[in-house]
Amino acid sequence: MMRLFLLLSLAVCALFFGSLVVGPAGLGFGESISALIIGDGGPLTLVMREIRLPRALLAVIIGASLGLAGAAMQGYLRNPLAEPGLIGVSGSAAFGAVLAIHTGFAGAFALGLPLAALAGALAGVMLVMVLAGPRGGSLTLILAGIAVSALAAALTSLVLNLSPNPFAANEIVFWMMGSLADRSMTHVWLALPFITLGMIVLSRLSRDLDALTLGEDAAQAMGIRLNRLRLMLVAGVTCVVGAGTAVAGAIGFVGLVVPHILRPMVGARPSRLLWASALGGAAMVLLADIAVRIILPARDLKLGVLTALVGAPLFLHLILKLRRGRL
Amino acid sequence: MSLLSVSNLSVKLRDRPVLCDVSFEVKAGELIGLIGPNGAGKTTLMRATLGLLPSTGANSLTDMPEAERARHAAWMPQAREIAWPVSVETVVMLGRIPHLASGKKPSETDLERVNDVLAQMELTDMRHRAATRLSGGEQARVLIARVLAQDTPLVLADEPVAGLDPAHQIAAMQTFAGLAQEGKSLIVSLHDLGLAARHCSRLILLKQGRLVADGAAETVLTSERLADVFGISAWFQKTDQGPVYQPLEVIR
Repeated sequence: MMRLFLLLSLAVCALFFGSLVVGPAGLGFGESISALIIGDGGPLTLVMREIRLPRALLAVIIGASLGLAGAAMQGYLRNPLAEPGLIGVSGSAAFGAVLAIHTGFAGAFALGLPLAALAGALAGVMLVMVLAGPRGGSLTLILAGIAVSALAAALTSLVLNLSPNPFAANEIVFWMMGSLADRSMTHVWLALPFITLGMIVLSRLSRDLDALTLGEDAAQAMGIRLNRLRLMLVAGVTCVVGAGTAVAGAIGFVGLVVPHILRPMVGARPSRLLWASALGGAAMVLLADIAVRIILPARDLKLGVLTALVGAPLFLHLILKLRRGRL
Repeated sequence: MSLLSVSNLSVKLRDRPVLCDVSFEVKAGELIGLIGPNGAGKTTLMRATLGLLPSTGANSLTDMPEAERARHAAWMPQAREIAWPVSVETVVMLGRIPHLASGKKPSETDLERVNDVLAQMELTDMRHRAATRLSGGEQARVLIARVLAQDTPLVLADEPVAGLDPAHQIAAMQTFAGLAQEGKSLIVSLHDLGLAARHCSRLILLKQGRLVADGAAETVLTSERLADVFGISAWFQKTDQGPVYQPLEVIR
């Protein structure tokens, strides 16, 4: 267990530095790191501190939060196909952002778009909680999440449908693909408090999620308060996914694939999978974000497109493995 | 010493009474067989007793705060659910959750307790195997071990021996009887009236949500009651090798 922890931590560190030194400016490793740390006020320092550092930091916190949220959702629903977007947060955050682009609110000031996305996430999750009711099991939560996701998707399509010109539609479509390019430290400071809060809340669920391995009835009889667990889960996922989507758009498959890959390595225990998936998610998003800069440096390959391109076949491979194991 | 006292417990689901004014008391050292036909309210009675279902009436268990309740009574649901391919010993260790402060690692006492129940349920050899890859009967034994690891004075189990082979059925009932001798009390719902008559110190018979008989096997399992409640005839005898009970025919 300790070995996996060290291995994943090392991978995250190495990829973090990798992410700092890869870019169109073509700087050497020592050169870039010294420009970042010492800072001579020249263009090099500006590139490192204003462009690459926020990008690498966002990859770490968003990746970690997606991995953690995915592991928590799978643990809560006791279903390996659950993912953080299931409760409608990412869909409604995307709708908030799209609406902001459409109305011009996004252009009005720098944080217009992420703030609108956060508002969308909050509205979506409140609707989910109203639909799901104060008590009740996980099934009502999924159904409410699907309903809200569908509604948000329909409204997003409506906005696209009514977009005044092809450029606006283009901007919306590209934003929805998810990317970490051209983000500033302001984005980091906006997302960080929500993501930190959400990750603290989610990491406190480890014991409850372990107990849920035996089902809701047995867990409740072991003193687990299911209503509180559900509330904390929804609040935590909303914080991390809402803030992540607000600054980077929708990045799919990380929350689904990472817990799935790491589960056998932690003995399938939901509590251990939480931190492992957080590290794994950070590593996966860092790696993907390095890859988009290396594969097509001239074109702006979107991060969300790459994670889906890599994630879908990886997932198919896992399904095949599962089938072989069962047959 | 009374471990549980329930009086006038009633449960309504969708305005339909499922349990009506059930009262009973559990003292230390009892192995209570909860019997009755399908739909008589056995599971409902146990879940309401544990506070997993909203109910009316007095109940000493639901008067306790949730955390203390989990250290007083353990529950083995009928659905044998193990969601993830975790190892057998991990499943059993889950039973220690009510004794652990949040985020704390299991202590020596916890590990010892887990080792003891693994040995008791003959699971030591398979402790590192994934619990989901075991057979249904083996999973049932793992879940019984999990309940025993919780180390509570009171244990409620819903059909714990269903799906076990005869040897493990008897072994499990003997384990329960042994626990009762140590001063713990167990309420176990059973469909096998032979096992119930032979191993339980007391039987509670339910019919359509009402308690119709409560006492020793020979006073509960009279032929009139069996005909009335189950619609069967049976042969019952106290032999040199203990009470033997054999259902014979359907008489409805």
